[in-house]
Amino acid sequence: MSAVTNDLVSAPTRSRISAHTRRQRTWGLMFLLPWIIGFFAFQLLPILFTVFISFTDYTATREFKWGSFNFVGFENYQRLLTDPVALPSMGVTLKFALIGIPLGLIVPLSVALLVNSKHLIAPNVFRTLFYLPTVIPVVAGTIIFNGVLNAQSGWLNLTLKALGVTEPPRWFTDPVWAGFALNLLTIWALGNAMVILLAGLQSVPTELYEAATVDGAGPVTRFFYITIPMISPVIFYNVTIGVILAFQFFVPALLIGGTNGNPQGALMFFPMHFYRESFVYSHMGYAAVLAAIIFVVTMAATGLLFYFGQRLVYYASGDMS
Amino acid sequence: MATTTVSRGVAARPSSKRSSRIGRDIVSKLGVTGLGLLMLAVFLLPLAYVLSTAFKLDTQVTTPGAPLYPAAPATYTYEGQEYPLYDVPTEDGGTRRLAVVNPYRETSDVVDPAQPELGVFNIQGRWRTWEAVYSFSPEWENFSTAWRQVRFLRLFRNSLLLAGISTIGTLIACILVAYGFTRFQLPGRNILFIILISTIVLPPQATIIPLYIFFSKLGWAGTWLPLLVPGFFANAYDVFLLRQYFASIPRELDEAAMIDGANPLRILISIIIPQALPAITAVTIFHFFFVWNQYFEPLVYLLGKDWLYPISVGIGAYVTTFQNYPGRSAATAVMAMALPAIMFFLAQRQFMQGVVVTGVEK
Repeated sequence: MSAVTNDLVSAPTRSRISAHTRRQRTWGLMFLLPWIIGFFAFQLLPILFTVFISFTDYTATREFKWGSFNFVGFENYQRLLTDPVALPSMGVTLKFALIGIPLGLIVPLSVALLVNSKHLIAPNVFRTLFYLPTVIPVVAGTIIFNGVLNAQSGWLNLTLKALGVTEPPRWFTDPVWAGFALNLLTIWALGNAMVILLAGLQSVPTELYEAATVDGAGPVTRFFYITIPMISPVIFYNVTIGVILAFQFFVPALLIGGTNGNPQGALMFFPMHFYRESFVYSHMGYAAVLAAIIFVVTMAATGLLFYFGQRLVYYASGDMS
Repeated sequence: MATTTVSRGVAARPSSKRSSRIGRDIVSKLGVTGLGLLMLAVFLLPLAYVLSTAFKLDTQVTTPGAPLYPAAPATYTYEGQEYPLYDVPTEDGGTRRLAVVNPYRETSDVVDPAQPELGVFNIQGRWRTWEAVYSFSPEWENFSTAWRQVRFLRLFRNSLLLAGISTIGTLIACILVAYGFTRFQLPGRNILFIILISTIVLPPQATIIPLYIFFSKLGWAGTWLPLLVPGFFANAYDVFLLRQYFASIPRELDEAAMIDGANPLRILISIIIPQALPAITAVTIFHFFFVWNQYFEPLVYLLGKDWLYPISVGIGAYVTTFQNYPGRSAATAVMAMALPAIMFFLAQRQFMQGVVVTGVEK
């Protein structure tokens, strides 16, 4: 008797809850659908297709049909070993990353510390003006740096000469300095990093500084033992974004030195090599190998960063996600 | 122990301590602000350069010793003729400003603008060693030439349309997806969200070849469709920003509406969206700028179709052909950055807040 009543009572309740849940799930799925479709159509399937093309000799001039894809096994991967551009261009990209990533942390952090200082008059004006170059389109920024870093008439070299540097670098015409000139261009757009670091600095509880001061800690000690650990999650985020972008970087180099990466290949970044092989020479099969390398290197670098970086990052809330 | 010592010290010499603290305060204020101005000067030097160069004639840019501001050689009109002005060194070590009428090798015929009644007279000295006098004179010629040659209105219209349409699509898609991630219990929702966030790592090079082949097959190469359509399918950055904001809106509001019989779409439109306007504004600006600045994708899909070029590709192509015209190049750069800069000044608060949400709360 009681068992029957229980069934009569619970069965409709259960089915009503699950009907509600089901309806909720259907709605939820409907809302996620744009992204799920986009993820499959524009990200996951293209990546798999890139891997597929890397094993064929497909060129863009051929008609897109099944017969146009001839399997060549690992031929494209073998070509990598004899490609005279692949290794030097990876070197250019790595050099850019190794200089740009530390610089992309130190300079924005210095600016963030400055605009966070309680001694600064009109800090909001400073924040706005330091952010301004970040909204300038990359193409415009490249034109501007091409002018301001001109060896003779550029204002940077005029300033350096006025300060007594007799032979300032020839920047974009000197293979030694051209890459670094693009590091400078990239660091010019420090606004996002500055704003994020600034928010990090402002979230550090002031009691920590007060307690440390009472214990006799000077400004330098406070900076390295309180500020840096407390903002380490933000630093980690900035470094991660910096790494991801560094391995994709090539557009300003294309505008300055063309598809040959002039001067003398100093601006032949690895993604430029990819762009030239794919969309200038139409060697889609081989370019797919280069694309796969960019993908794997980026994944490996961020993976390593997460593996080692997470241990160095201090999460105040204890949340490691 | 330490605290008592300090407070006793303060009590012993109250007035001198306070005045010296105010003094130290002023010194550190001036010091820090001075340092800030110095850093800002270095930082904005390129902007000063481009604004100045855009208003200069190319002859001035390449003339050594010409002033840094836009200027023209100053002249003096004597009896209906214009003569260039020079600062001529005098015997007492000073200079005398004279207009050169007839320059010879060792001497010159000059007029003194201060005393024109003296007429033309001859003085000793090589005019080539004298310093030319310049006066401030901005030239608009670079802008008018570049405006015409890059067909700026067409580029501007294309960029505006591309960025506008793409932003509308992104807003619709990202709001729906962010809503789905915040308000609905789905199996595997957290894994899906982790996948979404990890697509930030994905380099565009890893997908562009298949996408190019695919869009060409559809007949979309050489049109705007490959640039516009993916915008309608949401992206990680903007979904993340909106999700963080949606999650902070109290659920009681949507529950009340649900009891009143509103369906989820209705709740999104009438409750969530009005509450999330700051985040939506931030996404609008970010995505608009993102499309405005895009170079690689339009270059790949629109190659050769110059009537479809956005500003970035249009001026990029122009500048590579006109490398030797610094004035015109600078003018195109100024024209390309004008709209983003104005928008930034108008909406800087939403802008910086949006950056903070994506960067800090991760």
